[in-house]
Amino acid sequence: MIEGINITKRFGDRIVLENVTVRFDKGKTNLIIGQSGMGKTVLLKCLVGLFDFEQGEVFYDNRLFSKMSFTEKKSIRKEIGMLFQGGALFDSMTAEQNVMFPLTMFTTMLPDEKRDRANFCLSRVNLENVNDMLPSELSGGMKKRVAIARAIALNPQYLFCDEPNSGLDPQTANLIDELIKEITLEYDITTVVVTHDMNSVLEIGQKVYFIYKGKLWWEGDRDNILHTVNPELKAFVFNSELTRRLKPV
Amino acid sequence: MKILYHFGRYLNLLLKVFKQPEKRAVYRRQFMIEIDNLGYASAGIVAIISVFMGAVLTIQMAFNIDSPLVPLYTIGFATRQSIVLEFAPTIISLILCGKVGSRIASEIGTMRVTEQIDALEVMGINSASFLILPKIMAAMFVFPFLIMMSMVLGVAGGWFAGTTTGLISSYGYVYGIQSFFHMYDIWYALTKTVVFAFIITSVSAYHGYYTKGGALEVGNASTSGVVYSSIAIIFANLILTQLLLA
Repeated sequence: MIEGINITKRFGDRIVLENVTVRFDKGKTNLIIGQSGMGKTVLLKCLVGLFDFEQGEVFYDNRLFSKMSFTEKKSIRKEIGMLFQGGALFDSMTAEQNVMFPLTMFTTMLPDEKRDRANFCLSRVNLENVNDMLPSELSGGMKKRVAIARAIALNPQYLFCDEPNSGLDPQTANLIDELIKEITLEYDITTVVVTHDMNSVLEIGQKVYFIYKGKLWWEGDRDNILHTVNPELKAFVFNSELTRRLKPV
Repeated sequence: MKILYHFGRYLNLLLKVFKQPEKRAVYRRQFMIEIDNLGYASAGIVAIISVFMGAVLTIQMAFNIDSPLVPLYTIGFATRQSIVLEFAPTIISLILCGKVGSRIASEIGTMRVTEQIDALEVMGINSASFLILPKIMAAMFVFPFLIMMSMVLGVAGGWFAGTTTGLISSYGYVYGIQSFFHMYDIWYALTKTVVFAFIITSVSAYHGYYTKGGALEVGNASTSGVVYSSIAIIFANLILTQLLLA
């Protein structure tokens, strides 16, 4: 379980997050949704320690992560897997080397063992024959899948995904959603997904937080989001013809 | 105030860079890769520039020595001194600053804007140390070899130009380059080179590491890296010359 309590983050004079409190459950896909520029990714980066914040605390299974030193955070960071918006694969490494990288840095596995583990992770995300390909030779969906394979290489306890579907066609986006859901269940991990894609919300939103203008505006799940009376959330959810057709009468 | 802000942030980055490396074997491999990227890949351009620089220097020396009281071997002597003391360590370092500095700033800057550095940080890796330390160490190790090569090729280029144009005999030139030789001049040049290598890699890496934005900002970081490390080299050259030769 991951908890963020009363998180406030400013960029200069601008308040980007204001007293946001969230709790992400283990074994569930927890979603942070909202329009672009509302603070979703900032919240995610505060949770993983990429951004310092002015006020608030972050706990990983009751371990106070936000007050730890860089060295103390290391032990928790080894339990974190993260999928970035663009994949963030290392350009100079092949797909296989990218997946092997955390194993090289944090384990004493032999080269063959690392290669086996990388192959297992790549096959887990339904990728074959891409081992020797560079990120520049992979499609957008493949890059995301290699990034997921890298994120799960060390058997993480926590998985963070920043807009995993951005720039993907609906079918590939669905495939990525399915993978995230399966991995969460399979490894019984705490998964946090930042998205503004309503398809993802309805597919994998076991717990949903709606962020609006830097504040936590609504929380619930994929079942009750369609029945919301919150005007801002309604405007977000029913903004397309497809979702308007789903609107309960 | 802005200068102080950047200088403070630069020192902070260096503190992060020189923290205990996580896995030495990985750093050693990165160090070897950087020797290839920063050193071996620059050998061609250094060789070409050095030969022509030596050739031009010799011809200019010959045209400026028109007094019969000055012996002709002075051409060889002056060419060697110019190359060893200034042209090889400083001018070649400025050229390497353009080639290597822009490469480092744009490589690290691209890693920053594509979140590759964030990916390292999330994994618990000291990204500054992992990315920058091998580059600094590799440049400080390999640049002196490039500068020594430059010295040899510059002097050889001078000999070729001097003898083929008939400005000086081969014997006179060789006698000149052997005259009044002090080993300290080489140590002085190599000391400067090591300092310049540190400046080029660390200043360029600083500009790349703190890039924000997209492709345009990566380009700006690359330009700033080259400009500021060139300025820093010129200042360091003055200070080191005063300290080591005065």
